[in-house]
Amino acid sequence: MRHLLSVSDLDRDDVERILEAAAALRGLEGKLPTLRGKLVLSLFFESSTRTSSSFELAAKRLSADVISLKAAGSSVDKGESLKDTVLTLAQYEPHAIVVRHPRIGAPQLVARYSGAAVVNAGDGKHQHPTQALLDLFTMRDALGRLDGLHVAIVGDVLHSRVARSLIQALALVGAHVTLVGPPTLIPRGIEAMGCSTATEIEAIADADVVYVLRMQRERMEAAFVPSLREYASRWGITPERVRPGQKVMHPGPVNRSLEIDGRVADGPDSLILAQVRAGLAVRMAVLHELLAAGAPARETAAVA
Amino acid sequence: MSTLFCRNGRSDSLVLEGRLGGGESVAVTVTDGVIAAIEPTAATARVLAPAFVDPHVHLRSPGREDEETIASGTAAAAAGGYCAILAMPNTDPVVDSASVLGSLVAAARRDARIPTGFMAAISKGLEGDELTEMGELTDAGAAAFTDDGHPVVSAGLMRRALQYGAITGRPLALHCEEPTLSRDGQVHEGAVCAELGLAPYPALAESAMVERDLSLAGHEQRPLHLMHLSAKESIAALRRAHERGIHATAEVTPHHLVLTDEAVRTLDPNVKMNPPLRADEDRKALLEALRDGTIGCVATDHAPHSREEKEAPFEDTPFGVTGLETSFAVLYTELVQAGLLRLETLVERMSGGPARALGLPEPRIEVGARANLVLLDLDTEWTVEESCFRSRSSNSWLLGRTLRGKVLKTVADGRLVHG
Repeated sequence: MRHLLSVSDLDRDDVERILEAAAALRGLEGKLPTLRGKLVLSLFFESSTRTSSSFELAAKRLSADVISLKAAGSSVDKGESLKDTVLTLAQYEPHAIVVRHPRIGAPQLVARYSGAAVVNAGDGKHQHPTQALLDLFTMRDALGRLDGLHVAIVGDVLHSRVARSLIQALALVGAHVTLVGPPTLIPRGIEAMGCSTATEIEAIADADVVYVLRMQRERMEAAFVPSLREYASRWGITPERVRPGQKVMHPGPVNRSLEIDGRVADGPDSLILAQVRAGLAVRMAVLHELLAAGAPARETAAVA
Repeated sequence: MSTLFCRNGRSDSLVLEGRLGGGESVAVTVTDGVIAAIEPTAATARVLAPAFVDPHVHLRSPGREDEETIASGTAAAAAGGYCAILAMPNTDPVVDSASVLGSLVAAARRDARIPTGFMAAISKGLEGDELTEMGELTDAGAAAFTDDGHPVVSAGLMRRALQYGAITGRPLALHCEEPTLSRDGQVHEGAVCAELGLAPYPALAESAMVERDLSLAGHEQRPLHLMHLSAKESIAALRRAHERGIHATAEVTPHHLVLTDEAVRTLDPNVKMNPPLRADEDRKALLEALRDGTIGCVATDHAPHSREEKEAPFEDTPFGVTGLETSFAVLYTELVQAGLLRLETLVERMSGGPARALGLPEPRIEVGARANLVLLDLDTEWTVEESCFRSRSSNSWLLGRTLRGKVLKTVADGRLVHG
């Protein structure tokens, strides 16, 4: 694996290896020397809390040097093209570049103009592969398996890179996916990715996991749904709509009382904070996979 | 008056030898630009055909001469086997007044390597609000009218343009796109688009507008020309219109005949075009329509873009690819060699078909005709590289591909312009 641009760069063995490495790396205290002398560049052209902080911390926990850049305050503000930014930063000879960008195809362009391993930390509505991996990790941790699991993904699939990556990743590990949401927000043709679709919220009843997508307020401008109020009343995840033991996940940031009721988000079956914790271990495992291939994470951990 | 302009100068005398459509090898003698004799000669593998006519080229002048000029674009066309092209008016400034058109005609008389016609805008500034002065533009040499790049959104304005066509006698060429359905769309609505997360541009956005425009044309009993069709639903609408006796011609691009939306998975900005690449069933319907003549023209929609514009994330890049220098070779390789289209049909759709559709002189290989000839080598393979191009831009979807078939010589309006 040279880059992680999309879940389609992974096969089932890759996923297993990364999840195992993440399990080995989880809960370790202090730093590991694995990536000492390696340079990780983190380029965020779009706002982020969870992803940027966890990538930075993951790299530091593995003893890599880290440069973190945000679009605001950089030469991007002065109109520099992405190509020129990458060519410039490539002169520091980074080993990995973690990139988030609002436009689809940006990570591919970064990979074209640098020699580094590129990790897509989210490109437009396209892909967010490390989110999908941390979601798999969280599900397996909570439910003990992935094969045969039924996951209902609820909400604005059309504009969601999280959903696209997760559908692919769940298909890879043998889980079943049902997409549930307003017909205007379920992309035409998405069944080809190996999932089924439904418009009635009752379709989540049989799911082991209800994965709630963020409803973006700006989508209202394009009239995809008549009102947020109507969305919340028909598709919002309330305590009445989930049963005990049915796990609930959300990639964050949460719009409480819009796509998810606060009582569900904070309830005993919520895995939302577990997802955040998984993010650190999984991103360490991904950097390890790309930059220290061959050295098993468990042994690396043992050395520490 | 003629609607094609090019550099004034000599007429050539030369002899070209090649196989004609029927298979017989001939020597065609051109004297002072006119075919003087066609005589049998020793068998040759080379093919001699009427030169090509491209009804849809963006020469980017005025305004973006860094991307293409009349000189570079017509040199590219000559190298591609073309003896005439029509340039689109979506330049900066837009070709919507006799003064802008007049300066282009003057420039073509100075710089154009092959006869070049200019379409003028249907609406002022391509804004879709007011008709241009179509009568005056016709007098100034407009070859046809189009708002290409944009649809004529207002049905009322479209109707007026059709009515006014009775005065100008010039074709109306239409970019059919219902903008509230395509709305920021970049990729054909379907499985690939759903997976990639790019904004969808459904086939319906084209076909709904095609149906509207055909209805208007039927009502006004005026002809129209449908540009760069991409969707099977548009073909079906066109067939129904032909059955009703509506006079509508249509064109298809090499990329829509060869590629599908699967190509977009690479996120290569050189497979981003408007209309977008569609599903395989659309591609097959386009090919069938080209074969049976429902679509009579191949058009390149040659759309040069600067390197900077295409070296960006897919979503940020402009629509359009170049095509003048690769159209014959790619269609020969992908369609004729694959047994999907006869060579004679391909030549007809690249030459006589577009000439008749747009009211241009039809290239013919017959004694007494102005010489418009292309000599083709069907055996040579070549690899498409940036260094091959006469065009100022190299945003080709074929970079790196090996094609079979080369244009050896092009004679346009009696002059050897390539080879």
